Amino acid sequence: MRLCVTDHSGAEHELEALPGWRVMEIIRDWEIPIKAECGGACACATCHVYVDEEWCDRLPKKTDEEIDQLEVLADLKPNSRLSCQVLMSEELDGLKVALAPGSRP
Amino acid sequence: MTQTHKTDVIIIGAGPCGLFTVFELGLLGLSAHLIDILDKPGGQCAELYPEKPIYDIPAWPVISGQGLTDRLMEQIAPFSPVFHFGEMAESLEKLPDGTWRISTDAGTTVDAPVIVLAAGGGSFVPKKPTIENIGAYEGESVFYAVRKMDAFRGKRVVIAGGGDSALDWTLNLQPVAERVTLLHHRDGFRAAPHSVARMKELASEGKIDFVVGKLNSLAGDAPRLSGVSITTEKGSEILPADRFLAFFGLTMKLGPIANFGLNFAENLIPVDTEKFETSVPGIFAVGDINFYPGKLKLILSGFHEAALMSQAAFRICRPNEKLRFQYTTSSTQLQQRLKVA
Repeated sequence: MRLCVTDHSGAEHELEALPGWRVMEIIRDWEIPIKAECGGACACATCHVYVDEEWCDRLPKKTDEEIDQLEVLADLKPNSRLSCQVLMSEELDGLKVALAPGSRP
Repeated sequence: MTQTHKTDVIIIGAGPCGLFTVFELGLLGLSAHLIDILDKPGGQCAELYPEKPIYDIPAWPVISGQGLTDRLMEQIAPFSPVFHFGEMAESLEKLPDGTWRISTDAGTTVDAPVIVLAAGGGSFVPKKPTIENIGAYEGESVFYAVRKMDAFRGKRVVIAGGGDSALDWTLNLQPVAERVTLLHHRDGFRAAPHSVARMKELASEGKIDFVVGKLNSLAGDAPRLSGVSITTEKGSEILPADRFLAFFGLTMKLGPIANFGLNFAENLIPVDTEKFETSVPGIFAVGDINFYPGKLKLILSGFHEAALMSQAAFRICRPNEKLRFQYTTSSTQLQQRLKVA
């Protein structure tokens, strides 16, 4: 299962992903710099990513908690998500995301 | 002239590792003062995820962030630590006799031979909303906390946010302000249900306004505010306002400790793994803020670091005394310090 990530320098990485893992955890596991300061509690919004347009509608819906966090971001875009709130699954094999400025460590 | 406190160890950060450091120091007979920018103990555990279950604390199959904090406070109570809450450790200086002096932004000064940095990801600071020139209004019309209620007396106040702070200040400022408007992007809150109920009650009585909408921009010649521009289901409108309070949660910034003269590597402080001492003798770092080969950012690692660091702290604070390794199960001295014997 693959996850494609564009890091803060613009470099693209194709990462081996495991089902059930949070996208944030996979990015961190492969040592691509990501702040993710609250460690996946949906409490800090420092794992913010932009989801490739093709994939936006295929992701699970945002919870109110995620919307609360996203709403106040300076770099918010329509395709913004918190990568700790997206769990990898068969349907998301090949998912493409780019790290947003606010998730830089 | 403010009083200068004297203690054995100053701990910067009252999160789980800072709190447990008090325990390990206390067993060795060392006293501690703690400084934390939050108004309560627990750090991230209490501020970011008080309700979230933690499963990897030894002997606690499951415990919440707040539960862990409460237990640690109970465990360190016999050592009577002194807390300086709501204060940021702002500067560090070395006194002629070799002890350290920490000064806070509130004017508190504490002297000690040993400093422990247990500051996790840094100081919690308010998240600011996405408005281009908001900085120009800050301090005059835009605030992220209420320091003095008087600044809002007789004013038209717009409060944005959906958590406890937004709700609490909506209720507290309602009798004081000319008019309070609460703005949130949805009709749902992450706040105490009784506060939400009370807010709804006030709104239905016409004593406050509750608006579901999205924040756009601020109006008025900065730093003077005249209104807050928002978008609702019906379109754009301007809420007349003299004061704007934004409660969008907190984020962590390293803050003034970056200027304490220590080595940093990517916002982390390198330490050795025998004493967890930094590049500066007498200054130690435990918990999420330190780094060494093999470091794991786990609460239990911080506890271990605190125990070893305390041995080194003892040797600095009590150079003429012998350090004796003792067990709490058998040592009368430790049991006396724990106030159980």
